[in-house]
Amino acid sequence: MTTPTSSSVEASTASAFSLKDFLSSFMLSELFKGLALTGKYAFRSKITLQYPEEKTPLSPRFRGLHALRRYENGEERCIACKLCEAVCPAMAITIESEVRADGSRRTTRYDIDFNKCIYCGFCEESCPVDSIVETPVFEYHGENPGDLYFTKDMLLAVGDRYEPQIAAARAADAKFR
Amino acid sequence: MIDTIFALGQGLIDASWWVNLAWPVAWALVKITAVLMLVMGAVTYTTLYERKLLGWIQIRLGPNRVGPWGLLQPIADAMKLMTKELLRPAAAEKLLFYMGPVMTVAPAMVAWAVIPFGPDIALSNVNAGLLFLMAITSMEVYGVIISGWSSNSKYPFLGALRASSQMVSYEIAMGFCLVIVLMVSASLNLTDIVSGQGKGQFAQMGLGFLSWNWLPLLPIFVIYFVCGLAETNRLPFDVVEGESEIVAGHMVEYSGMAWAMFQMAEYANIWLVSVLTSIMFLGGWLSPVAALDWIPGWIWLGLKAFFVVTMFIWVRVTFPRFRYDQIMRLGWKIFIPVTLVWLVVVGAWMQTSWNIWK
Repeated sequence: MTTPTSSSVEASTASAFSLKDFLSSFMLSELFKGLALTGKYAFRSKITLQYPEEKTPLSPRFRGLHALRRYENGEERCIACKLCEAVCPAMAITIESEVRADGSRRTTRYDIDFNKCIYCGFCEESCPVDSIVETPVFEYHGENPGDLYFTKDMLLAVGDRYEPQIAAARAADAKFR
Repeated sequence: MIDTIFALGQGLIDASWWVNLAWPVAWALVKITAVLMLVMGAVTYTTLYERKLLGWIQIRLGPNRVGPWGLLQPIADAMKLMTKELLRPAAAEKLLFYMGPVMTVAPAMVAWAVIPFGPDIALSNVNAGLLFLMAITSMEVYGVIISGWSSNSKYPFLGALRASSQMVSYEIAMGFCLVIVLMVSASLNLTDIVSGQGKGQFAQMGLGFLSWNWLPLLPIFVIYFVCGLAETNRLPFDVVEGESEIVAGHMVEYSGMAWAMFQMAEYANIWLVSVLTSIMFLGGWLSPVAALDWIPGWIWLGLKAFFVVTMFIWVRVTFPRFRYDQIMRLGWKIFIPVTLVWLVVVGAWMQTSWNIWK
């Protein structure tokens, strides 16, 4: 009497040659199985998204081109705390600040070098006043060295231009923050 | 109609030098150009078809940006390649380096000389057509070896080594397949090989496709096809190019049109092997059922070759690349014994009263 375990061991070591396996490989059965599978896939409906005409939905947290926001009254949000400059792992942000005539602390220079930026979103997270944000805009490019070096005015302009989208994205994401 | 044009041209000038020498030569050139244009057109659009089919099987769309459905893509590719610079490594052997692509593409073109496109349409109806094809397709490997060696660089050299051993070993199994075919058709003439497949019991019943060679010689048909894959260095036997291992094998140092010539040779060879498979196993220009005899033969040949080309691409997209030693094992230890045994089996079969090829 043999236990089930020992019999299975015997069966596996009994013979290296199996007629069934031999015939199966001789008839290329596995190759035809593979061909049938790929053949089936050829007639599937395609999942390609034709980019310029069709676009993927973007998450409200999408991290694209940066923007500096303003309050409703037109006052810029940035208070020159330089947290973003400190947190930026790529050291892409350069800030200089001074005291404005009305006594508030403001930036005189706020530059982001997008050649360096890695779009990690730390600046956005670190900002206490929601001033520096990343927009869903990703279709931009530079053709010359320096084209991707954005100054404060350019960043504010981006913010003015995309404020509705920025506000909508932040509203959509607000309950998860 | 072809003969009418020939006679018309012959009547143009009533002089012996024209009738006997100049016009026949010019006519031959015209025919060669026509066949090569056909082949090159097929080659160009096979690149697009391949990319499309690869895409479809990977649930993609494939190229569809240049022209409607991407139909102008091959033209754009050709323009790009033609305007690219021809680079030559400083250490390369200049003459051989430029001879390599030519020697690769030339046999792929020459072989079309004996292909019959219909009962009486062939550039030359050579009696030893099959032998001619064997000889010409064997020349193929020299182009690869020369280009690989003359590049004077590591990867091309490895590619050339792989190519020489692979193509030579698969040629043997392929040769045995051809021997079996010529045994059953008792002729080396490709036209005879095709017309021989039109006879038999099923052909008389109007089911011609059952009397073609593929059914009685099914294992040989499959082995010939696989050898064809190996001969043309297509996946899963593309260790010669082996992108992930040796970048592009013998083509590494080539650019522009020199590189394009390798590609042209590859696709022309795919079509050649496909047409040969159709001629030897799928009844060439014969229609599958008697009811469809009214469709001209060259259309049937084209359809059958297209089917085999599709198989080439289908196999490419399905199977991963073989390991090199496994390729050698398959060629030497499986295909050659199997074809040898089948040679004896078919030979014995033909001696019995059940010989269906009489």
